[in-house]
Amino acid sequence: MNNTAALRDMSSIRQQQSRFEGLTPGHRACQGCGQALAARLVLESSGPDVVVANATGCLEVFTTAWPQSAWTIPWMHSVFSNTAALAAGMEAAFKARDISTKVLAFAGDGGTFDIGFQALSGMIERGHNVLFVCYDNEAYMNTGVQRSSSTPVAAATTTSPAGIARTGKRHLKKDIVAIIAAHCMPYAATASVAYPNDLKDKVRRGIQTPGPAFLMIHSPCPLGWMHDSAKGIEVARLGVETGLVPLIEMEYGQQTSAMPLRRVRPVVDYLKPQGRFRHLFADDPMARQELAHLQALADHNIAHYGLQESQPESGDSHAAASVRRGTVAVVPPGAV
Amino acid sequence: MLEVRIHGRGGQGNVVAAYLLAHAGIAGGLHAQAFPFFGAERRGAPVAAYVRLAARPIRLHAAVRTPHFVIVQDEKLLGLEETTAGLVAGGGLLVNSPADQATLHARLGERMQGRNWQTFGVPASDLSRQHLGRNIPNTALLAAWAALTGVLEPAALEQAMTARLKPGMLQANLEVVRAMGSLVAPGAWHDLAHHALYDGSAQHQETGHAGAA
Amino acid sequence: MLEPLEGSQAIAHAVALARPGVVAAYPITPQTHIVEHIAKLVADNRLRCEYVSVESEFSAATVALGAAAAGCRAYTATASQGLLLMAEVLFNIAGLRIPLVMTCANRAVSAPINIWNDHQDAMALRDAGWIQLYCASNQEAIDTTIQAFLLAERLELPVMVCVDGYILTHTLEGVSLPTQEEVDHFLPPYTFAHTLDSRQPLTLGTMVAPDHFTEIRYAHDQAMYQALAAIEEVDAAYAGITGRASGGVLEVDGPDDARIGVLCLGAVHGTLWEGREQARNLPPAKLIKLRALRPFPEAALRQALAGLSDVVVLERAFSPGAGGIVAAEVCRALYGTSTTPRIHSAVMGLGGRDIPLEAWQQVLALAQGPSRGATVILDLIPDHLEDGIA
Repeated sequence: MNNTAALRDMSSIRQQQSRFEGLTPGHRACQGCGQALAARLVLESSGPDVVVANATGCLEVFTTAWPQSAWTIPWMHSVFSNTAALAAGMEAAFKARDISTKVLAFAGDGGTFDIGFQALSGMIERGHNVLFVCYDNEAYMNTGVQRSSSTPVAAATTTSPAGIARTGKRHLKKDIVAIIAAHCMPYAATASVAYPNDLKDKVRRGIQTPGPAFLMIHSPCPLGWMHDSAKGIEVARLGVETGLVPLIEMEYGQQTSAMPLRRVRPVVDYLKPQGRFRHLFADDPMARQELAHLQALADHNIAHYGLQESQPESGDSHAAASVRRGTVAVVPPGAV
Repeated sequence: MLEVRIHGRGGQGNVVAAYLLAHAGIAGGLHAQAFPFFGAERRGAPVAAYVRLAARPIRLHAAVRTPHFVIVQDEKLLGLEETTAGLVAGGGLLVNSPADQATLHARLGERMQGRNWQTFGVPASDLSRQHLGRNIPNTALLAAWAALTGVLEPAALEQAMTARLKPGMLQANLEVVRAMGSLVAPGAWHDLAHHALYDGSAQHQETGHAGAA
Repeated sequence: MLEPLEGSQAIAHAVALARPGVVAAYPITPQTHIVEHIAKLVADNRLRCEYVSVESEFSAATVALGAAAAGCRAYTATASQGLLLMAEVLFNIAGLRIPLVMTCANRAVSAPINIWNDHQDAMALRDAGWIQLYCASNQEAIDTTIQAFLLAERLELPVMVCVDGYILTHTLEGVSLPTQEEVDHFLPPYTFAHTLDSRQPLTLGTMVAPDHFTEIRYAHDQAMYQALAAIEEVDAAYAGITGRASGGVLEVDGPDDARIGVLCLGAVHGTLWEGREQARNLPPAKLIKLRALRPFPEAALRQALAGLSDVVVLERAFSPGAGGIVAAEVCRALYGTSTTPRIHSAVMGLGGRDIPLEAWQQVLALAQGPSRGATVILDLIPDHLEDGIA
């Protein structure tokens, strides 16, 4: 085998590997749907021995048009706000039956930050062995792009439109990870579809956690964010590179890792491709103020989570799964 | 069907007393029902609990309005109208008090007028302090009521107490019951109780009547 | 000897005898004692199950749902505001055809806030697609609870066991608990055809478009009608083991020559029964104890009411602006029959107002009087109307 052939063989190893397909093609998601990609990656990483409790939302609607289903794992949808409790009930039953199948909960940001928050808090507090995955596309996309408490400040949605008197959403994105971590949570992390290896690694860590785990995946929605359907990964990566979307891990309330930023980009690089921020580039003092506000939020994240890497590594790739693991988590007495 | 109302204060074991009495009734082969005043009263507030005893199954699920007997765990409650409200004429009033009958009647004042209530005071708190080391007069009062009416065999009351009281409290409470037996006139309320229990007719006859109850 | 048990405790024991795998618990008066007693049974190792203390009734219903779908016999209990908070999930459970059992310790619904008994809570959920059975005594509460698990699992329908708050839950009565062997013989281990299992994946709770929605709703409706026979069969089978039946879908008693009927639900049945015993001077009347509100036993009702000239439907709830709820359903059941009796719609006992023995006289007076047309609140105190709005 000559060198070229060997290289070709190496490059196709990934394609030759059998991957578990929990979410099969043929579903009805929009072109470039970040959530569909994220869910596929989550199940690729989890493998088949899982059961999914799914909130109401796009993911539920585009995968299960009766009598068809895109799922190859056991999957159940009840209502919008009870996903964490549904997962908790399943987990309690498996515990009672001595079954080791991992329970996953899937919800969007509305089903996590807003209407599903109480059930999620209860599920975590009770220590159920569930990995709760929030597909964060930063608005109620299923009902046509309404603002949620995850929508970034200044983003335009149909219920936070921009106009003469408003520059989009007037409130900050809720810091859900900090709130979740404050439950003395064994594992809480953020991921992005732009970093699939990191995402899958975090799914594995969440699954291995013998208690509640939380993973929030930043998932672009071309329809709601108003960007080119082909540019979702690019947009998502810019979110990370600007510091607006920090990729971190928290164990028992303490940050234990961060995806380092070798080259920090200005927030306008992330905002510009997205129509939801278009109004911020008008010649308007309010718009300039919001742009500065968003840059300040990114700067805060970089400092707060320690995202900036001082030593750029040669050969580092944007798809690297490498994260910097810092302090060792201190497990409080009596924690799971 | 015999009806009893027990008055006390929240936290004084009023419901326990009612449940004990009903339990003892069932242990003695009667049919029984017991329930608290349905409310949201807090500790220390005046409360009531109710007991029905009968020789036939009790289907009734209404409030007790005209009890044949009233048991009062805290004699200060005698001052309240509702403590004696609805007590049938000639009914029995058992009060946790060292006072004699005349004193108790005097305290009831005009409310006694034409009611002909048969009143007994028993030193239940004293007995309770003596044997239990604290003031939980309910078992002493039940023992007095059982002795006065003859409705409950001592064994039935003991069975109920064994089932419902904490093991550490049982022996002392059984002593209370025994001590109380010598302090009251056994059977003083026998006719009143049995008349009510058997619906005013001969014993073991299982038909109802259209009485005041 | 009968066991002297508080209603809540009796129900807790009945639940334990059914060997649930998961119990979801959230406190609400007057239900709380039930889940407290179950918690104690678990703490004392007399019941082995996953006891999940949730953060709301919404989650209590959901945890039971998730557990039943994941292969466990599941139970929860609630009342009043809690039942209404669950409402969305309850419709969902029924539509998913999940077999589980819930006790509703019936209580009034706010406002005004009121913790006492009436049936407004369960009535509000009568269209949720659950079987609803009403209990007239603590013994019936025990027996119906155990029967409910078999019914639910046989029919793949959730069952709500309605028990009058306080009047039954907080009342001690002598009851007979079946033995564990009897219950095990009666109630086989839990099975659910659509159990979530990673070795046999299936999708539950899908989006159904107009092309199939009607048919799925129709199937649910048909299953409810089939439940009428199943309720009778299960009650009879239970009686075969324990010697006690609870009245099937409904129970009638009274003299054959009676021309008056009084229909009621729940514990007031015993009070009316005693009232009838004690008021022998009044005309003979039949008492109809409606045990199944859903499915509504139309055929059995037509048979039970045949030959009567006047029927009083006595309810502890009503629909504001429309009157007696059950009365309206009785009218519908009888509409078009050849000798339809006059239906008198009466309401009593709202928000814990005591229904006394004398209610019997009032009810019979209503039956013998002229038709009133509208629903009558028999225990209205006109003087209190002047006290204003709570």
